[in-house]
Amino acid sequence: MENNPNPSKVSAPALIGRAGGESGRQLIVSALDHGTVIDHIPCDRLFEVINLLHLQEMTSKVTIGFNLKSSKMGTKSIIKIADRFFTDEELNQLSIVAPNVSLSIIRDYEVVEKKQVCLPDDLRGLVRCNNPKCITNNEPMPTLFHVADRQRAIIRCHYCNHEQNINDVKLV
Amino acid sequence: MNRSLVTIANHSREKIEYLLQMAQEFERHPNRLLLQGRVVATLFFEPSTRTRLSFETAANRLGARVIGFADPKVTSGTKGETLKDTIMMVSNYADIIVMRHHLEGAALYASEIAPVPIINAGDGANQHPSQTMLDLYTIYQTQGTLDNLNIYLVGDLKYGRTVHSLLTAMRHFNPTFHFIAPDELAMPENYKQYCREQGIRFVEHQDFDSDVIAGADILYMTRVQRERFTDLMEYERVKDRYLLKLDMLSKARPNMRILHPLPRVNEIEYAIDDDPHAYYFQQARNGLFAREALICDALGITLEQVQEDKTIL
Repeated sequence: MENNPNPSKVSAPALIGRAGGESGRQLIVSALDHGTVIDHIPCDRLFEVINLLHLQEMTSKVTIGFNLKSSKMGTKSIIKIADRFFTDEELNQLSIVAPNVSLSIIRDYEVVEKKQVCLPDDLRGLVRCNNPKCITNNEPMPTLFHVADRQRAIIRCHYCNHEQNINDVKLV
Repeated sequence: MNRSLVTIANHSREKIEYLLQMAQEFERHPNRLLLQGRVVATLFFEPSTRTRLSFETAANRLGARVIGFADPKVTSGTKGETLKDTIMMVSNYADIIVMRHHLEGAALYASEIAPVPIINAGDGANQHPSQTMLDLYTIYQTQGTLDNLNIYLVGDLKYGRTVHSLLTAMRHFNPTFHFIAPDELAMPENYKQYCREQGIRFVEHQDFDSDVIAGADILYMTRVQRERFTDLMEYERVKDRYLLKLDMLSKARPNMRILHPLPRVNEIEYAIDDDPHAYYFQQARNGLFAREALICDALGITLEQVQEDKTIL
């Protein structure tokens, strides 16, 4: 199923491994030759990841697996995006909704880089302030948050100074 | 450079002392033509008569002309205009905008978009830097220094914006704070944590009597508001416990002064008004000098220019 020209190197993960088995049924999802794989997405966060990266607006091939078995997580989701490499800034946005995803950069069917996301110092236009009396909730303007305490995952609104935990945030 | 004044939380000791010196110049000579030909806009998206009159008096006594509104009901905001549009429109007319808004962060946002400087005259529960400046000026004026003072904060320490700002601004001056409040309105943990991080000493009291306040240099009273209580029985129980009575001043230090951001309701017995420790009306008067300094600083007028000013009336 995977077309790996050099078996000694790490091959890019196919979306569905060896499917079908004895039954002979197979869901064929071709391996990625160039692009980005986002693995270990919690299933309840999949659609937020899609929104954050604006995948619905992409023209290249995007393969999404939902409710897949995972030994680490029980169930997980995975997204493969062909011919698209994201900036660290774009990928680090994911830290808000799915801080533990695994990112693989694929070139010529090979994983050339693996990455983790990390919480950026500033979050612009991503998160809603949980203070109803904050100007950002009452004026057409982008929100801005600064990380106040990285260890406790606390972010602070640039405008009204209210703090909230990153795990409780609502996206804009 | 954006010379707006949104908060003084990040002001250095030097900057605070610089502004206090400027206020002192204005106390000496409050009436000048330093701002002749300038237009100051006062936009009060939320009514606040006391603060507005103080800012408008400051502008008028320096020779500026004042435009603006005192009541949000007469503005386009009620027609659905955004804050940005109002600020951009007024920026075409005025050299500086003094604004009060019920939404938190409104002044910071305005300062980011406006081509003219913004002075925050209060944004919801967030910041009210001119109140803090006049408090600092009053403390300096009555004690001759800001250093090493014993400052007693009484009343609503939970929601009181003024006490939180004062606490933050005093961090440069090695103060000892005493917090006197009912449990429901006690100083929030994050401010106590702030004190620990900044090395600010603080003591908490439940009782409020002549012995407790005997060590005070400044007794800063605030209003205990009925609407802050979820349990009105609790309010009835504590409201008179934080009333300052004349006989409680028997052991007070001679230099001790009683401050209050006003309006007062029943926190300070009226008999105290004539006592030499009472200072809240002079404190309000200092608002004029502090605001003259803040307007000039935001317009780029330096202390040196104020000192060498030839327009004194």
